[in-house]
Amino acid sequence: MEDSMRGKAHKYGKNVDTDVIIPGKYCNIIDPVELGKHALEGLDAEYTSKMKAGDIIVADTNFGCGSSREVAPIAIKGSGTSAVIAKSFARIFYRNALNIGLPIFESEAAVNGIASGDDIEVQPATGAIVNHTKGETYQAAQFPPFMQSLIDAGGLVPYVEKRLAEAKA
Amino acid sequence: MTLTEKILARHAGLDRVEPGQIINAKVDLVLANELSAAVAIGVMRGIKGAQRVFDPSRIALVEDHFVPAKDAQSAKLAKLMKDFAIEQKIEHFFDVGRGGIEHVVLPEEGLVAPGELIVGGDSHTCTYGAFGAFATGMGSTDIAAAFVLGEVWLKVPGSIKLVYNGKLGRMVYAKDLMLRTVGELGIDGATYRAIEYHGSTVDELSITGRITMANMAIEAGAKNGIFHADAKTIAYVKERTSREFVVERSDADAVYERVVTIDVDELEPQVACPHTPDNVHPISEVAADNVNVDQVFIGSCTNGYIEDLRIVAKILEGKKIASSLRVIVNPGSQKVWMQAAQEGVLTTLAAAGCVVNTPGCGACFGGHMGTLGDGERAVSTTNRNYVGRMGSPKAEVFLASPATCAASALTGKISDPRVLELAGV
Repeated sequence: MEDSMRGKAHKYGKNVDTDVIIPGKYCNIIDPVELGKHALEGLDAEYTSKMKAGDIIVADTNFGCGSSREVAPIAIKGSGTSAVIAKSFARIFYRNALNIGLPIFESEAAVNGIASGDDIEVQPATGAIVNHTKGETYQAAQFPPFMQSLIDAGGLVPYVEKRLAEAKA
Repeated sequence: MTLTEKILARHAGLDRVEPGQIINAKVDLVLANELSAAVAIGVMRGIKGAQRVFDPSRIALVEDHFVPAKDAQSAKLAKLMKDFAIEQKIEHFFDVGRGGIEHVVLPEEGLVAPGELIVGGDSHTCTYGAFGAFATGMGSTDIAAAFVLGEVWLKVPGSIKLVYNGKLGRMVYAKDLMLRTVGELGIDGATYRAIEYHGSTVDELSITGRITMANMAIEAGAKNGIFHADAKTIAYVKERTSREFVVERSDADAVYERVVTIDVDELEPQVACPHTPDNVHPISEVAADNVNVDQVFIGSCTNGYIEDLRIVAKILEGKKIASSLRVIVNPGSQKVWMQAAQEGVLTTLAAAGCVVNTPGCGACFGGHMGTLGDGERAVSTTNRNYVGRMGSPKAEVFLASPATCAASALTGKISDPRVLELAGV
């Protein structure tokens, strides 16, 4: 994960589901860049034309509810979006985001404080979320220790490789 | 411990587990469809030291989302999974013509039994909780890890106990119970939790009714939804497999985060209005609004079973669907399709003006064979009605039982099947 992510905030509401993140008709695409062209299409058809690489999605509670489609976080990452900040995430999306390396952060204060268009910087190492537009800093919730160790190891794939190597030894 | 905790503890080799605990659990079965498998296979190919799946007899691969392939891109995914199944000697691979919708096929084929732990690359994997199994949906990277290790890491969920009391009225079904439940809990009301279904009402339900309810646990955000296996469950499973399984029960002193009691004596048929599955209203309210529909869809892993098709056929027998709409019926599997054909159900539906499609998930998630255009409105037996779910983001989807959908097919607007029955329509 990068030291910090910085970009403009694009703010959305509660219960942003996986069908609007990447509509079913695109789920036969597996290329991240192609998927990225349709990120959030069901919610905001303008998203990919108005966002720039590094921009950050900010949303209310239960982001990513619905389907288990891993192409949902892949599409967000593929669009160049650098992170998602929400008050809470749906369970499967949360796992998928960590597994594919899409940085996600939970912070009620950040979501309440950030307006669409604000210049936002996230520092993953500390969980600090800086709102440069408003001169405010918020703190993201800590990941549970096991998930932090997965993130530190580089995700689920290196973890599986380590387990396989241990099994052989 | 709760039933969910007991299954997880046993699969993790532990005497007991607590909610919030992270465990490594052995899996009895790993499921994927051509969409989730395509991504998972790519991930597996990138894992150093992972040439083979952990056990080719414990993986089920089902072609069901974009098949028969709607275009070359979809054909590519289907082929990717088929080639993988051959390469890895996967025992349970279901191409079109031999399978159908994954969650209909697995129980039919005896691949699901009480006490088992099943993970699948599809959020409706929670369906198998109908059989007293712990079953949950995951993304493709998790599925790739499970393919290789035969294990998954899981956070033990706290449990919500739902107790249903009373007797279902005429034309009120398991789907109505579950829509009411999702409405009551809300779409994030059970996030990270296990839902455990109890009470005399669900004891009376058929296996199909329990499937309908477990299937939609995810619509309240739950990790899994689970029923206790009873004589009906055991008879169903033993007819389909000789595999041994462990039937467990929640302890009398099991700890629940919440207990919710739902009395069903007065329950009307329910409808989830656009655009979330928890926007649930009784049919009397919705019917009063004269909601015209362009499409009725009957099928999916929620309600694509023979029992569902029989209900629809009974209502449509000898009648014609309204001229203002189309009705699309997808039997859930090849076996359901054949049984419906043998019983004359498909002929009844076709004679009424329904189109009967091949088994699959297409229309339910806006893939193909029943997608909606701008401004169109559908009433459907499926499980989700998010914006754009069945096609255009400018379309509207209402969720209801097969009986309510059949009644609506006759009138052209969302209708109460009880009113039609009384009127002898």
